[in-house]
Formats: sequence, structure tokens, C-alpha cells
Amino acid sequence: MHHIAVVVGVIAAIAGNVSLIGYGLATIGPGIGIGIMVGKTVEGQARQPEMAGRLQTTMILGIAFTDVLALIGFVLAFILPSG
Amino acid sequence: MVAALTAVLAAQPGFEPPNANEVFQWPCIVHFSLGGLNLCINRVVLLEFLATAVVAAIFIVAFRRPRIVPRGTQNALESLYDFVGRDIIESVIGRKGIMWAPYVTILFVFAFVLSLLEVVPGLQFPVSSRMAVPAMLAFASWLVYNYAGIRQKGLFGYLRSIAFPPGVPAFAYIIMTPIELATALVIRPFTLAIRLFANFFAGHLLLVVVFVGTAYLVANPITIGFGIVAVIASVLLVGLEVFIALVQAYVFSLLTAVYITLSVSEEH
Repeated sequence: MHHIAVVVGVIAAIAGNVSLIGYGLATIGPGIGIGIMVGKTVEGQARQPEMAGRLQTTMILGIAFTDVLALIGFVLAFILPSG
Repeated sequence: MVAALTAVLAAQPGFEPPNANEVFQWPCIVHFSLGGLNLCINRVVLLEFLATAVVAAIFIVAFRRPRIVPRGTQNALESLYDFVGRDIIESVIGRKGIMWAPYVTILFVFAFVLSLLEVVPGLQFPVSSRMAVPAMLAFASWLVYNYAGIRQKGLFGYLRSIAFPPGVPAFAYIIMTPIELATALVIRPFTLAIRLFANFFAGHLLLVVVFVGTAYLVANPITIGFGIVAVIASVLLVGLEVFIALVQAYVFSLLTAVYITLSVSEEH
């Protein structure tokens, strides 16, 4: 019981915009996803250089679908009320 | 030594990063009302008019008197049109999609110019960092890809193809149909607009913070060493923003082509 009170006290004492922590969390998933995607594309381009152009188009498409999650997090960090 | 440095730094006024609201809000220049709507022309709208005029002028100058053997501006824009037609349209939609190449080309150029205003000296505000502008571009693309689907399959056939994708067991439609409808009609244009908006909102804020911070560092004799590094970094960031403008314009037109092909394809 005492520990819960301490944790609640610590959370209540955090000053500044908590939405920024949410933005930080929102970047983790897209960061890992884009890393895997680019790495796999480079691997594919190294194995089959003649496919490099089409792989790159698909990679940019995948990045565009993935990074919108981080961007929504960024926008929410500004839209949501701070505190 | 460290204590003296800390004392000197503490005596300086602190660095205040610019606030997002004051960076992106512009006062009205012309105020008028149209049918009960309060409209306002501010700096952002003027810059958008400028971008429209520039894009129109480029295309009119290039193709006013087209020649068989293109030269100058016509040559540059024809190679751009070739790039869009080959790399975006043909690789995504196929040869039959070439009728959408003019729209996608102009979308590409317009989105690029709107974002490029961020690094034009004296203007330095990306119009696409105000939500209404990417929202209208995404709405135009929404109209185009829905029109393409309706033109291909008819209104009823198009709605059936986006609500009931084939190859799914019947009971799954309870979950699939709302998700597919929301994806095709709401989420696609929403993410299209958010992507362009958030990239330039973030990019402009980044440039403003870095420039103000650089000025702060250079003005202070203690931190001028960091300031020189920051000057170099801010110049490189301008180049990065040009690159981002190019990539985002490419992604916007590429996704428009993808949505067109998702609308017109027979097997989902």
C-alpha cells in the first residue's frame, strides 16, 4: 500500500508535458519497423541488384505507411492539453 | 574552473525555445466574410497563392509552344513527367493508368513547391505545415481515387468491392466490412494529410529552434565554439529539409497512385 502511494506521488510530481513521453513511446515501434524494412531492402538489393529500383519504391511505400504512426504521436503531443 | 563556468552561465539569461503557437499563427491581413463565413487572408494564404502562381507559370512557360525536340524548361518538365509516368504510374498502376499521370505530376510539383517555401530566403514558411492545405490536397486525391473506382466498376460495384473484399469467409465480414469501409473512405485521406502536415510542422519547428538556438549560442562569448558547430549543422539541416520536401512530395503522389490502383483492381 505504501509503495502504491509513493508511485502515485511520484507520478503526480512529474512536471511539464506528459504528452512528450507518449511521443517518445510512439517513436519506438516505427523506429524498429523502419529499421527492419530498410535492412531487409538493402539485403534484397545486394542479392538481386537488378531489382533495386522496384525494391526501393516498395520500401519508400512501407516507410510511408509506418512512419505515420510516429507522426500521429508527434501531432498528439502538441494537440493534447499539457499537464 | 567548472564552478566559475557554471557561475558565469547561470548569470546569463536562459534560452527560451520558441513556442509552437507563436511560430505557426499569423495575423489576418485581409478580413472578409462570405455568406456568413468569416474568412481571413494571412501570410500562409498569400504564400499558397504564390506557390500556385509559380507552378502555373512553370507549366505554362514550358508547354505554351511545345516543340518536337524539347529544349530548356520543356525538356526539364518532360523528363519529370516521364519520371512520374514510368516510376510512379507504370510501376504501380500499369500501362492503363497513364490517364492519371497529369494529375499525379501536378500533385507532385505542387506539393514540392508548397513544402519548398520553407527554405526560400525571406519567405521561410512551409505552407503544408498548416493542416488545411494538406487536407485539401488529400481531399482532391480522395475524389480522384473514388472517381477512378466508380468509373471502373460503377457506384454499386465499387462500394461492394471496398466493403466486401473477395476471398474471405462470410462470417469474417462482421469485422472486415467496417474496417475496410473506414480504411477506404476515412483513414486513407486522413493519413495522407497527416503525413504531409506533420513532416513540415516538425521540420519547420526544428529549423526555428535550431536557428534561434544558434543565434543564442553565437551571441554568448562562452558558447561561441558550440555556436560555430551549430551554424554548420543548421546549414546542413536546410539541405535535409529540401530532401524531405522531395521525398514527401514523392510519397504523396506514390500513395495517390497506390490508392487509385486499389480502387480499380478487380481482385482486391
